[in-house]
Amino acid sequence: MTPVKTLDTRGKFCPIPVMETAKAITQINVGEILEVLATDPAAEPDIKAWAKRMGHEVVAVEKTPEGYLRILVKRLK
Amino acid sequence: MSEKVEKRNKLAIIAWSGTADKLYPVAILSSAAAAGGWEVEVFFTFWGLNAIRKEMLNAPPKISADFAEYGPAVAQAVQQMNLPPWHELLRQAKAMGNVKIYACSTTMEMFGVKDKSALADFVDEVVGAATFLERAKDAAVTLFI
Repeated sequence: MTPVKTLDTRGKFCPIPVMETAKAITQINVGEILEVLATDPAAEPDIKAWAKRMGHEVVAVEKTPEGYLRILVKRLK
Repeated sequence: MSEKVEKRNKLAIIAWSGTADKLYPVAILSSAAAAGGWEVEVFFTFWGLNAIRKEMLNAPPKISADFAEYGPAVAQAVQQMNLPPWHELLRQAKAMGNVKIYACSTTMEMFGVKDKSALADFVDEVVGAATFLERAKDAAVTLFI
């Protein structure tokens, strides 16, 4: 569950977090985990919907004590 | 005579409007679709076509007349949110996925646009309604914006 790469989308809004996630996932290997940091409240449902569509897996979502989202996406293909 | 059409993950939009409050949804939906591997077809016509003339791309964006009093506030918010201009988003969508952008030939003639070179560089082809219908007929999501 240790991410190999972190993408910081904090302060950015729909559709930027999803677009940047789509780009970043191609920069890790299958089976590895991408960590996405986000403040856009749509990032969680949107990245989940995107992952479902693309065949990847959101393995964890948490709200940090600082109040931003930390979403872990596993590249599956 | 009836042809069975299987729907695909395809988004087809007729972009009729020329104001930023409608062109942003065009660009945002196209970007999200492209990021998710959807095919995207956008057909610019009327005021949408006017908005993609080269000289319009750098003009200050307008919003729908009904909401004109909110124009300055929206422009300021867009800047504070670090949102790229709608046409830049559309360009990014194209760079990332399967996005085709068409310009309506009838509107071009109406507005005195001689050819594609007068339009934004993201335009793929000048076409008519029959082409759009053919390309859009298997789209799971079709919108007129």
